[in-house]
Amino acid sequence: VIGPRTQAPFGRRTARVTANEAVGAYRLISALDSEGPADPKPGQFYMLSADERWGGGSDERPYLPRAFSFARALPGRDGVTLQFFLEAIGPGTTRLAELGKGEGLGLVGPLGIGFDVRDPDEPAILLGGGIGAAPLLALDDALDHECETMLGFRTYEYAEARRLFKGPPPQVATDDGSFGRQGFVTDLLRDWLEDDDDGTVYACGPPPMLEAVRLICAEQDVPAQLALESGMACGYGACFGCVVPTRNGYVRLCVDGPVVAGDELETALVPGAPH
Amino acid sequence: LTPAAYGPVELCGVELGGPVLNGSGTFDAIAARRAFGDALLDQFPFDLFVSKTITVAPRQGNPPPRLWETPAGLINSIGLPNKGLRGFLADDLPQLAELPVPLCVSVMGFSRDELAELVSAVAERDEVSLIELNFSCPNVETGTIMGADPSETAQSVERLRPLTEKPLIVKLTPNATEPAAVAAAAEAAGADAVSLVNTLRGMALDPVTRRPWLGAGTGGVSGPAVRAIALAQVADVAARVNVPIVGMGGIASGRDAANFVAAGATCVAVGTESFRDPAAGRRIGDELGVISREERGFLPSASPERAAL
Repeated sequence: VIGPRTQAPFGRRTARVTANEAVGAYRLISALDSEGPADPKPGQFYMLSADERWGGGSDERPYLPRAFSFARALPGRDGVTLQFFLEAIGPGTTRLAELGKGEGLGLVGPLGIGFDVRDPDEPAILLGGGIGAAPLLALDDALDHECETMLGFRTYEYAEARRLFKGPPPQVATDDGSFGRQGFVTDLLRDWLEDDDDGTVYACGPPPMLEAVRLICAEQDVPAQLALESGMACGYGACFGCVVPTRNGYVRLCVDGPVVAGDELETALVPGAPH
Repeated sequence: LTPAAYGPVELCGVELGGPVLNGSGTFDAIAARRAFGDALLDQFPFDLFVSKTITVAPRQGNPPPRLWETPAGLINSIGLPNKGLRGFLADDLPQLAELPVPLCVSVMGFSRDELAELVSAVAERDEVSLIELNFSCPNVETGTIMGADPSETAQSVERLRPLTEKPLIVKLTPNATEPAAVAAAAEAAGADAVSLVNTLRGMALDPVTRRPWLGAGTGGVSGPAVRAIALAQVADVAARVNVPIVGMGGIASGRDAANFVAAGATCVAVGTESFRDPAAGRRIGDELGVISREERGFLPSASPERAAL
């Protein structure tokens, strides 16, 4: 059974960047964390910043750290190598995407609650949209058995991320049909559930995708665990900024998520995506 | 290397191990303990813990989005989510009492009756050393932001003063014509200390729709972006009152903290910087200790030399 939370060391520490590779249109940043736990749970996240030049970018930002689920945690002799999967879309991600080997990556984490795998033998359907593939990579690594993995991307350049998954090639859909099936990853899910409705769906991706997953799973009575994203300042419950509406009122995604059961949500259309 | 300690500080008769507090609403020690475990208690970053502001009735807070990053800062419109007085006393206070430092509870009422109810109930609890009065909200009976008006502030403090012997700290809003006049009114009415600044009113527009980004329309700006404004207000207030001052506003280093102390603050509070590093309060306190020991001409506010100035 994969437990959902590993506690973080207190305070921000520095991990040393060991690689920054292109994966299609994305970057995969690897950093050696010698002080943190070797067993973060899939779906947990870290607050990331660059030790140098964090600020002074576009609009004199970034200022706050940025929340990222880890894509892989590879324990080694000198610590755990954490991998983060990102795309430069704003001043924070642009700076992180520029990190060079040897630079300091400031991090706090692992934070939040990850995927809760109650029965490791139960079939798992991993559903990722774009950069949302990251926590599913971690989950794929942690599960012993084969998962049914479905990924959606904008174009073939982004779909290169499929190569990061071990095992049989994931099913892929692209918006423009330049790789795999033209359409959304939720089209793949619908087809799958027509033939086979056994298992749990684990999903991460943009809010409209997660909302579609939530509705499909509710309709088919399939349990869904959704890794959501919301603009965060702190990542550890201090600022109360990242709330999402649930059936029990607003909850802070950073301490009561980011993975939330689909049936607890009023909607996955979280306003205020980070930038 | 162990940094030089700044040394103990007395705030309204309460002995503190050092001068660093958290700004109310910028650190949830209960949630942080879930994230960091008991390491939080072993390495607790503040010398006094200030609770999130509580109100009589429970509040859900404002609709999201609640945050917007600015150059060197942040706009927030959180809306004081809290369990309400009863929920706080039953659920949160026993957990906050486990912290290794004294406790200050922040309260906000929408009328003087509500304020009186909050202060009376909180004052009964031995776990609470000080009470902070968050006056950054409208008095629903008069329509005036309590902390923006000297006479409104004075009347509220006069009403609350007889209810407790515990120190009352008035949290000043920077969104007032003359914060120092409000501070003077609070002191005359019996406040034991003042703290400032709260956030400055600000706004962000959605880059696509050009409509207000924050769910509540506007919010409060904090972080280094407001530091210079905060420092000037602390200096203004220090020139008008004799009660101790808790200074805050974008403090991110011992150097910043030293400037607030030099401007007249007895204690300093760290807020937004804790969002970047949960242990920031401890680092800032350590850096301030080094500065106070090593720098000629730097006088902690409690020193006899400063008292004689």
